[in-house]
Amino acid sequence: MKLTLKIWRQENASAAGAMHTYELDGVSQDMSFLEMLDLLNEQLVTSGQEPVAFDSDCREGICGTCSLMINGEAHGPEVTTTCQLHMRSFTDGETITIEPWRADPFPVLKDLVVDRSAFDRIIQSGGYISANTGSAPEANSVPAPRDKAMRAFNAATCIGCGACVAACPNGSASLFMGAKITALGELPQGQPERYSRVVDMVAQHDAEGFGGCTNIGECTNACPKEIPLDVISQLNKDLRTAIAQGR
Amino acid sequence: MASVHFLPGLTPTNTAPVQKSDDAAGFYVLGDKLVDPKAPTGPIAERWTTRKFENRLVNPANRRKLNIIIVGTGLAGGAAAATLGEAGYNVKVFCYQDSPRRAHSIAAQGGINAAKNYKEDGDSTYRLFYDTVKGGDYRARESNVYRLAEESANIIDQCVAQGVPFAREYGGLLDNRSFGGVQVSRTFYARGQTGQQLLLGAYQALERQVAEGTVEQFTRHEMLEVVVADGKARGIIARDMVTGAIETHIADVVVLATGGYGNVFYLSTNAMGSNVTASWRAHRKGAYMANPCYTQIHPTCIPVTGDHQSKLTLMSESLRNDGRVWVPKKAEDCEKDPRDIPEEDRDYFLERIYPAFGNLVPRDIASRAAKYMCDEGRGVGPTVREVGPNGEERQVRRGVYLDLTDAIRRLGRDKVEEKYDNLLDMYARITGENPYEVPMRIYPAVHYVMGGLWVDYELQSSIPGLFVTGEANFSDHGANRLGASALMQGLADGYFVLPNTIRDYLADGPFEAIDESHPAVVEALESVQERIDKFLSINGSRSVESFHKELGTIMWEYCGMERTKEGLIRAIGLIRDLKKEFWSNVRVLGSGESLNQDLEKAGRVADFIELGELMCIDALNRRESCGGHFRGESQTEDGEALRHDDEFAYVAAWEWGGDDGAPVLHKEDLIYTAIEMKQRSYK
Ligand SMILES: Cc1cc2nc3c(=O)[nH]c(=O)nc-3n(C[C@H](O)[C@H](O)[C@H](O)COP(=O)(O)OP(=O)(O)OC[C@H]3O[C@@H](n4cnc5c(N)ncnc54)[C@H](O)[C@@H]3O)c2cc1C
Ligand code: SF4
Ligand code: FES
Repeated sequence: MKLTLKIWRQENASAAGAMHTYELDGVSQDMSFLEMLDLLNEQLVTSGQEPVAFDSDCREGICGTCSLMINGEAHGPEVTTTCQLHMRSFTDGETITIEPWRADPFPVLKDLVVDRSAFDRIIQSGGYISANTGSAPEANSVPAPRDKAMRAFNAATCIGCGACVAACPNGSASLFMGAKITALGELPQGQPERYSRVVDMVAQHDAEGFGGCTNIGECTNACPKEIPLDVISQLNKDLRTAIAQGR
Repeated sequence: MASVHFLPGLTPTNTAPVQKSDDAAGFYVLGDKLVDPKAPTGPIAERWTTRKFENRLVNPANRRKLNIIIVGTGLAGGAAAATLGEAGYNVKVFCYQDSPRRAHSIAAQGGINAAKNYKEDGDSTYRLFYDTVKGGDYRARESNVYRLAEESANIIDQCVAQGVPFAREYGGLLDNRSFGGVQVSRTFYARGQTGQQLLLGAYQALERQVAEGTVEQFTRHEMLEVVVADGKARGIIARDMVTGAIETHIADVVVLATGGYGNVFYLSTNAMGSNVTASWRAHRKGAYMANPCYTQIHPTCIPVTGDHQSKLTLMSESLRNDGRVWVPKKAEDCEKDPRDIPEEDRDYFLERIYPAFGNLVPRDIASRAAKYMCDEGRGVGPTVREVGPNGEERQVRRGVYLDLTDAIRRLGRDKVEEKYDNLLDMYARITGENPYEVPMRIYPAVHYVMGGLWVDYELQSSIPGLFVTGEANFSDHGANRLGASALMQGLADGYFVLPNTIRDYLADGPFEAIDESHPAVVEALESVQERIDKFLSINGSRSVESFHKELGTIMWEYCGMERTKEGLIRAIGLIRDLKKEFWSNVRVLGSGESLNQDLEKAGRVADFIELGELMCIDALNRRESCGGHFRGESQTEDGEALRHDDEFAYVAAWEWGGDDGAPVLHKEDLIYTAIEMKQRSYK
């Protein structure tokens, strides 16, 4: 396949960026989207141009590192991660626009690489269960109902990629946050800190500059792990309870 | 016999090995025998408890004054950082990803073993210990493995308390499955995403400590050198991968939890960034590298489709429970649609060669059989370009069918979908083929390394004050690793072992203060800077990537599934040439003072090249077949792996011999007192 690529190039966080156009030939349908970029980079290096910086690590859809806006969609046209998107989803001769995640709390570091450390700080604010090493009770002494454990698991599959934020017109991280709150809140172990957790996490979310949720639903459409919108309802419900309890 | 250290009061079940062959003569220097100076004594079940009691304590007020550097935030590093932070030490933790949550441990699929005996099916600490030593082909240390089995049950308690959503039964209790040919159900799992859930547990515990201020976290930082001052590891040099700043971090002790080096083969199931740099830099500073040639090859991965391929994806081995593996009998059928090949023209080769185990033979055996079929010209799928044993290029199909047709007929499509849905979706996404209609294609791929930095029982390397945990050390798996045991080791090391052993070392601290003017720091800083400048100044004509690919091709061909003396000697020559070319012809663009992914890669590939040479020398010396190491010269009449316990029941610990010297081999005899050595057989 032959493609025209329009790619966001930006030297560093403070430099101004711009779209650059590259022609790329010899793309195979079997390549992943990132392997297509590898091919471009190989050609750039051989011709003495700096390669395009982009993030990836596991390349199997689980680490959440890769992150690209492809033709205006987070992770591109399919419900998956960029590393699992393959070139057979595109056609010969197509023009593809590639940009970094767009959201204020995710500043661009270089080209297509953004800084998502705001997510770590949201977790630091309360996205955990306080269980010191060595003080755990016997695992089976606390049974967890299977349906609740299943819901917890489904929410826990969030890979922290940030596609939900990139897709949201408000730049809200509510799906990410709701997933964590639901995962921990469905389990017996998560109860003691349940209400302080939601208050603290929401406060940090807002402090990072993420926007509020107005139930548009773009997040769940873009989420490669298909985290359902009801985790946001859970988040709001827990927050209301917490406020009612005067926390 | 006299040189052997037998544990006082214990009766060994084997004698010390005496090596007769010397295939690697001329490539190495023989050094002194090595003994694990911290090896415990006494009855095996009491060794760890006794050690925990005997190791000195550090009182809580003093912990605040002690600084610990941990490199790596996977299961081993993340768990250790969280635990040591909780204990009150000052911890700095480093990773090259943008968040600790993305460490390679996140990708583990199948599960984690623990001797909980929840199924009352006869499991016990001793049985887990026994299975693990046997699975490792008797090339692991018995005391370490016993400790691992002992701590396994605590891991599950810890993870459940953190909210890890393991699979549960209807009554709300934890569920188990059996895994990797073991006869008891001891594997805990969270669907196909066990590693992810365990890592998130450790990551959350870690972030909690970051918020508490006991742990300082440095993401997008790559450790490029270890500082060894006055004989002790006292810090690291790291590069801020965003600004390019070269930073010095000083501490009382350094822990490497930097994962495995399977990417030396270029294509593997490892994450793209997995590398050997931290271990290799430490090796060059005096840390021994043990059993580097032990590589686990996993039989069920999605095959290579062409030169563009950047990594390989694992398909859970559980598919072999229902799938039948075959290739066409006639080479001319290989291009055909498999559905058009009649039953009588199919060769179900595993069922044919291993009638007793059939498609369920162990990983190394299934892998080798698939390779032989393709070498014979009966592989399927797209042809790929390869460099053959004599250096000639060839076109080969690297794939065999894993066929679910019979299972679908027997169980119905719904059942098969229910069992393997996620996996089959993943396969369809990557290959663009529908596995319910067309047989899947699989091929072996590099998956895990059992070798790593040598450590003593306390996880300390041969450099005092440098500890190594998780996949980065060599200690627990021997020549082979059973499924679901790497996660167990990472977490046992991180949560329970290291925190108990490091305190004995720290009880001597705080150590004499050093600062950036110390000659060891200056030397380390300068060498890092020089190396970066060198990469940027060569300005040759070949990309870093092309060197990595070429190295991978050499390693896979000659140090992959089957190794021979001839091939390994050839590989060493090729790698030496490649190294020369790399340092004169690599092209790294951009600057050191910014985010520069090619520069990062250049450093890693340079280290992989040196490691590759050592792996070949290690493989050349070990003229026996064991676990993931199959030497063509050492097989039984019917082509099975043949171990030589009388010659090779030792750990090969290699000391860096200098840029122009040969590596020095130190042998640590493996003497068993609690277990007897036996040959494996699967026919
Ligand atoms: C696809 C796949 C499936 C698997 N499935 C299973 C399974 O089901 N069960 C099982 O038991 N095992 C499984 N394994 C093996 C297991 O996942 C790994 O062995 C284990 O997770 C390794 O953990 P670790 O903590 O030692 O290292 P890693 O998780 O690899 O962590 C390494 C850390 O070191 C950091 N690092 C490395 N180098 C540097 C440097 N120079 N500077 C700074 N930081 C650095 C990285 O950033 C990272 O944080 C699987 C492996 C793969 C590839
Ligand atoms: S909720 Fe979905 S889109 Fe958002 S970070 Fe998690 S996995 Fe990514
Ligand atoms: S690279 Fe890990 S999810 Fe894409």
